[in-house]
Amino acid sequence: MKNIVSKKVEQMQPSGIRAFFDLVLGMKEVISLGVGEPDFVTPWQIREAGIYSLEQGFTSYTSNKGLYKLRLSISRYLKNKHGLEYSPEDEILITVGVSEGVDLVLRSIINPGDKILIPQPSYVSYGPVTELAGGLPIYIDTERQGFKLTPGTLEKHIDKKTKAIILNYPINPTGISYTKEELSRINKVLLKHKILCISDEIYADLTYDFEHTPFAALTGAKDNTLYLDGFSKSYAMTGWRVGFACGPKDLIAGMTKIHQYTIMCVPITSQMAACEALVSGRKSVEEMKREYRRRRELMVEGLNSLGLSCIKPQGAFYVFPSIKKTGLNSLDFAQKLLRKQKVAVVPGRAFGRGFDDYIRISYASSMDNLKEALKRIGAFLKRK
Amino acid sequence: MDEILEILEKDARATPEEIARMLKKKPAAVRSAIKKYEKGGVILKYKTVLNKDLIKDEDSAVRALIEVNIAPQKDVGFDKIAERIYSFPEVTSCYLISGTYDLLLVVEGKNIHTVASFVSEKLSCLENVKGTATHFLLKKYKEDGVILKHKEENKRIAISY
Repeated sequence: MKNIVSKKVEQMQPSGIRAFFDLVLGMKEVISLGVGEPDFVTPWQIREAGIYSLEQGFTSYTSNKGLYKLRLSISRYLKNKHGLEYSPEDEILITVGVSEGVDLVLRSIINPGDKILIPQPSYVSYGPVTELAGGLPIYIDTERQGFKLTPGTLEKHIDKKTKAIILNYPINPTGISYTKEELSRINKVLLKHKILCISDEIYADLTYDFEHTPFAALTGAKDNTLYLDGFSKSYAMTGWRVGFACGPKDLIAGMTKIHQYTIMCVPITSQMAACEALVSGRKSVEEMKREYRRRRELMVEGLNSLGLSCIKPQGAFYVFPSIKKTGLNSLDFAQKLLRKQKVAVVPGRAFGRGFDDYIRISYASSMDNLKEALKRIGAFLKRK
Repeated sequence: MDEILEILEKDARATPEEIARMLKKKPAAVRSAIKKYEKGGVILKYKTVLNKDLIKDEDSAVRALIEVNIAPQKDVGFDKIAERIYSFPEVTSCYLISGTYDLLLVVEGKNIHTVASFVSEKLSCLENVKGTATHFLLKKYKEDGVILKHKEENKRIAISY
């Protein structure tokens, strides 16, 4: 069959590093610092709740929006933790991870030609999903401002066609996050130009140096924000695929329309496990967070002392060191490091054009692995 | 709990320098904190967790949990008699517990006979010991928070965004 794939999909930027990923997957005994998920397994109480729900025969669909009990728990959690009020009836939608939330919101808001701002380096899906939805991704390079979006740069990229911005913090791949003051300044610009903030806060619980402020909690921001979060990173529940979207009624209703035709609902087992996560999972979250923070210190100091300079991230479990000094581009660096020392990292170019001087290193790996990886990277840099 | 202890409880080999790096402290400060914990008896010992099932010619191949009923002594209660019991090298753990008996012992021996003779010849004949019940361990699954599996299989895919 010829031309079976649509032009749109054909033209989607292929992930230039797919071949590299395949190389990693085909190799044994690799220490992988290329993983975008926790190295912990889901805490047992949460797993047990999933098993129990199966034993009890909970195997059906749920409401399209998700189990009411889960929406209610999320609503209460957000109220207690951040003072944010979302009605479980019509302002919360349970999604298949934040990934689905991003897809739903973009398809709900984009008219052909609408522009979506994406600060970069960024998570890999934002641009392609915007294009699939008929929008035009406008990338904002934040390298020079320490990987942070500033109000000035933001304003420069806004025009009449600008519909929304996808803000992600703590940021994958840099681990950088924003303080409340920094967010407030961005918020003012967005409100002034009536631009929706799609706020991907999946790493919120893993913020180390200051309290995470949800964008929706800023003055006047709530009606202008779609708040996306989920259970994957904080509760080590990536494979369960449970996220949630909170926002203005109309927008959630629009997203729910698409969700009900394409997904129906998030698997009930996962939703039931997520309910338990909110009941008994917080202690585990805190424990994991402390462990990540210790690893962060070890990695940042380790990498800097090897001459791979990196800004100290405030959250998530990534560092994004510069490899400029080595003279290699990010893909070459990653391939050589893999072949010579069996350490896997993700080339910076995956996260946007112009980041070929960087690599993403994930410290979601055991302390022993991290120490060994630092040694190997050191040896690689010496002999390169 | 102090994070220094949290780290050491997981990995007794973590050096003060490494701990200092992880916690953004001065190595000297970590070293003196550890000294203090050692002196104060918070840190008692650094040891290696072994999976003895995998060691051949093991001297302590058999373990038993032994419940012991005791007649407490005037003034010192259970402490004195407990001391007499836990001083035997065969006893690897000794707890005073609430319920139908008083002491719970973990006893190790080369085989069933050595443990049995320890019970009949040493333990039961102590004046204050009123009775014992011995339970031999058949299999260890988890000990002190460590699941005794040789190698956890890696379940994550090696690279992802």
